[in-house]
Amino acid sequence: MKVTEKDVAYVADLANLELTDQERQRMLKDLNSILDYIDRLNELDTSNVPPMAQISAKFGQSDGKQRDGNDSAWREDVPRPSLPHSEAMKNAPESDGEFFKVPKVIER
Amino acid sequence: MDLNSLTVESTRAAIAAKQITASNLVKQFYDKIKAEDPEIHAYLTLCQDRALKQAKRIDDLVGKGAPLPPLAGVPIGTKDVMVTKGVRTTAGSKILENFVPPYDCTAVMRLEAAGAIVLGKLNCDEFAMGSSNENSAYGPVRNPRDKSRVPGGSSGGSAAAVAAGTAVATLGSDTGGSIRQPASFCGVVGLMATYGRVSRYGLIAFASSLDHIGPLTKTVKDAAILLGVIAGRDPLDSTSADVPVPDYAADLAKPVSGLKIGVPKEYFGEGLDAEVRAAVENGISKLRSAGCDIVPISLPHTAYAIPTYYVIATAEASANLARFDGVRYGYRAKGSRTLSDMYRKSRDQAFGAEVKRRIMLGTYALSSGYYDAYYLKAQRVRTLLTRDFEQAFQKVDAIVTPTAPTPAFKLGEKSDDPLSMYLADIYTVTADLAGVPGISVPCGRTASGLPIGLQVLGKHFDEGTILRVGNAVFSEIPSASEGSLP
Repeated sequence: MKVTEKDVAYVADLANLELTDQERQRMLKDLNSILDYIDRLNELDTSNVPPMAQISAKFGQSDGKQRDGNDSAWREDVPRPSLPHSEAMKNAPESDGEFFKVPKVIER
Repeated sequence: MDLNSLTVESTRAAIAAKQITASNLVKQFYDKIKAEDPEIHAYLTLCQDRALKQAKRIDDLVGKGAPLPPLAGVPIGTKDVMVTKGVRTTAGSKILENFVPPYDCTAVMRLEAAGAIVLGKLNCDEFAMGSSNENSAYGPVRNPRDKSRVPGGSSGGSAAAVAAGTAVATLGSDTGGSIRQPASFCGVVGLMATYGRVSRYGLIAFASSLDHIGPLTKTVKDAAILLGVIAGRDPLDSTSADVPVPDYAADLAKPVSGLKIGVPKEYFGEGLDAEVRAAVENGISKLRSAGCDIVPISLPHTAYAIPTYYVIATAEASANLARFDGVRYGYRAKGSRTLSDMYRKSRDQAFGAEVKRRIMLGTYALSSGYYDAYYLKAQRVRTLLTRDFEQAFQKVDAIVTPTAPTPAFKLGEKSDDPLSMYLADIYTVTADLAGVPGISVPCGRTASGLPIGLQVLGKHFDEGTILRVGNAVFSEIPSASEGSLP
C-alpha cells in the first residue's frame, strides 16, 4: 500500500474535495491499484532523458514571430474589447449585480 | 430524403440543387432525433432556434443564387465540451448543469461560418474523462449498432449520432483516444489532427498538453473536408500552430502506391481480440494490394504509454478543474458557512466519481515529495515515447494499428474497474502524448456484426497522408462504405 488513509485525507484537502467516508475507502483502493500500475515506469532508466511538457515546444508553429522559452507565439500587446461585465456575471450562482457573492472568508 | 445515407458532400449538393431546403432538412433531422434519440441518448441539448436561423441564412443564399459555402446546410452536432454562446454547455457534468456560455468555441464558429448547421450538443463522459460514455452525469449513450453495448468514449454521443444518422457529422475531442476509440466502436470515421492543428479556444480544458478537437464522419472524405474548415492558426489559442492548411479533400485523390506503411509489433500482442486482429490484417493486405510497402517496425516504449498518460493527464486535469469553485459559474452547494466549506461541498456534490478519482490522482502526482517520482518521471517517458515515433517516421510514411484492442463492450462491463477501463485506450494514448495525428476508419465487422476500427498514425502536420491511407482501406472494405445504416 503506497497511499494511506492519511494521504487520501491530505490530498483531498489539497484538491478542495470533501469526500465521504465511503468515497475515501474506495479512493484508497483505486489509487493504490492505479499507482501500482504506474510504478512500471520505474523499469525505465530515464536519468539522461529530458522531460517533455508539451509538443508545441518541439514542433510546428513556424510563423517566424518572437517566441518565449516554451516557443509559444507572442502577440502585440494592444487593448481589445473583452466580455461585457453583465455577460460575465450572468452565470454567477450568487451576485449583487456588481460582484460575485461568497460566504464569509474569515470566521470571527 | 434518406437521412441515414447523407454525407457532407451529398447534403450540400442536395441543397445546392434545390432538392430540399436547409430549413426543411433541419426539421426532418429534429423529427428523427425526437423519434430515435431517446433510445440512444446521444443529444443532451438541442438548439432549434440557432439551427433554424442558420438554415434560413443558407436558404436565402440559395434563393439569391449566391455562391454557397463549403458546408452549406450540413446538419452537425458538437460534443458538449465545446462552448456555444447562448446554448447550455455541461461537459457531461452536474457542475455545469445550468451553464450558458457567453461565447463560442472557434471550431464550432468556423463550421458555422462555412455554412454548417448546429443541431445540438452531444453527450460525453464527464469532462471527457472515460472510455465508454458511462461517466456522463446525464446517463450513458447506447451504441446504435448494438444497444446493449457502449459507444466508446469519451466522445460517445458524437460517434453514436453519426452512426445513428441523427447528424451528418459531428465534432469530438481527443485527449487519450476519445475521438478514435468511439469512432471504432460505432463504425464511423474519427480524425485527430496534429496537436496545435485545430484551435482549442472554447474547448473546456481537460489536459491542455493533450487536448484536441476533431471531426467524426461517415466517410474519410467528409473528415478531410471538415478538417480543412476547422484547421489553422487562431489568435485566441496561443498553442494553435501557424502552419499552412492544404486542401485535404483534393489531396485524397493522390495514389497511395509507393508509400511505406509501418506495422508496429507492440500493437499486435497480448490482449488483442482475434477478430480485431484479422480485420486489421485484412486492411493491411488491402494497402499492400494498393501498392504500399508494408514494413514491420517497433515502437519499443508502447507498454509505458498508459501509465505515462494517466500521470500527465490527471496532473493537468487537477489544475484545470480547480476553476470549478462555485463562485463565478457552475454549481454552488447550499448552506455553506465559509468560503472554503463552499468550495469543498460544491465540488464534492457536483463532480462524479471518475472526475474525483482523476483529480485525486493528479493532485497526488503533483504534491510535494511525489512530483519527481511521478510527474517528472512521466514527462521523461513522454520524451521516449515521442522519440519512438521520430525514429519510426525516418523509415515509414505512416503507421497502421488496431484502434482499440476489442470491439464495443457491454454497458456495465468495465465500469467498476478503473484500470481495465483505462486499458481500452492502450492503442490510442501514445499519439496524444507524442502529438502525432491519427485517424480511425472502419475496416470490417465481427461475426456478430460489431464494427472494427483501423488506426493510421502519421508525421506531425502530415494529416494528408493518414487521410489518404485511411481512405485506401475504407474504400476497399465493402461494409465500411455503407454509410450510417446499422
